[in-house]
Amino acid sequence: MSRALISLPPQIRKGEIIEVKALAAHDMETGFRHTQTGVPIPRNIITDFTCSYNGAEVFSAQLHPAIAANPFLAFSVLASESGTITCKWTGDNGFAVTESVAINVA
Amino acid sequence: MNLNRKKYRTASRRTFLTAAGVLLAAAGVPAALAQSASSPARSAPPPQSVLAARVAAIRRVTGGAAVNKGRVKLELPELVDNGNSVSLSVRVDSPMSASDYVKAIHVITEKNPQPDVVTFRLSPRCGRALVSTRMRLADTQTVLAICEMSDGTFWSGSADAVVTLAACLEEI
Repeated sequence: MSRALISLPPQIRKGEIIEVKALAAHDMETGFRHTQTGVPIPRNIITDFTCSYNGAEVFSAQLHPAIAANPFLAFSVLASESGTITCKWTGDNGFAVTESVAINVA
Repeated sequence: MNLNRKKYRTASRRTFLTAAGVLLAAAGVPAALAQSASSPARSAPPPQSVLAARVAAIRRVTGGAAVNKGRVKLELPELVDNGNSVSLSVRVDSPMSASDYVKAIHVITEKNPQPDVVTFRLSPRCGRALVSTRMRLADTQTVLAICEMSDGTFWSGSADAVVTLAACLEEI
């Protein structure tokens, strides 16, 4: 149901600093909006993001309602070894998505 | 029939006037008048409650420690067409070595309903302190990035953005 994407550069050399881009499909409802009849729409956002590289956490982020819908995060990682990069998004109403990609360091 | 049409016209004019009033208020006409005395590119200063929330957010991040200016470069588009999605990037001048690295980057707004935007937590394995995301902006304002270094010092950088279509106003 939930969709998430992680993007890495096509070719990675050992010791290179690469950019990891992570995108999750989510409305990020702020909790500040109302319907036309004035009923407030409850907050429903992704609150936490973590990225681990072969099991060790390298980057994390705490998100607030001021992050745009379908939160996009780009950050750097030092490519030290081949393995997997795993990203995890968690949020309101029990939202939880985990996505992994293989990283091949030449 | 005739009566009905007249009724419809009156209602439509009223709807139009209400809508126009809402639009004018949304465009910040009173705010625009108030600002003309100060700098022309900036809108009215935020109300005290919003300022207090921002000060509280900064204190929550720093724990009351002094914040130095510099080392942090926050990039935002100068003119934002749509405040619902604004690309933002933060670069911090740091070697990102095991002993000297950026622990966290906090982004705080001046006039959004809630000052906090995002907190990035980095580690030496990031290699360089460069992060980007997309944020929402409710008004023309200054966005502040506060960076926490591994040695416990805080550094900050800011950027201004002029917003034409604000986030948070639409109804669904």
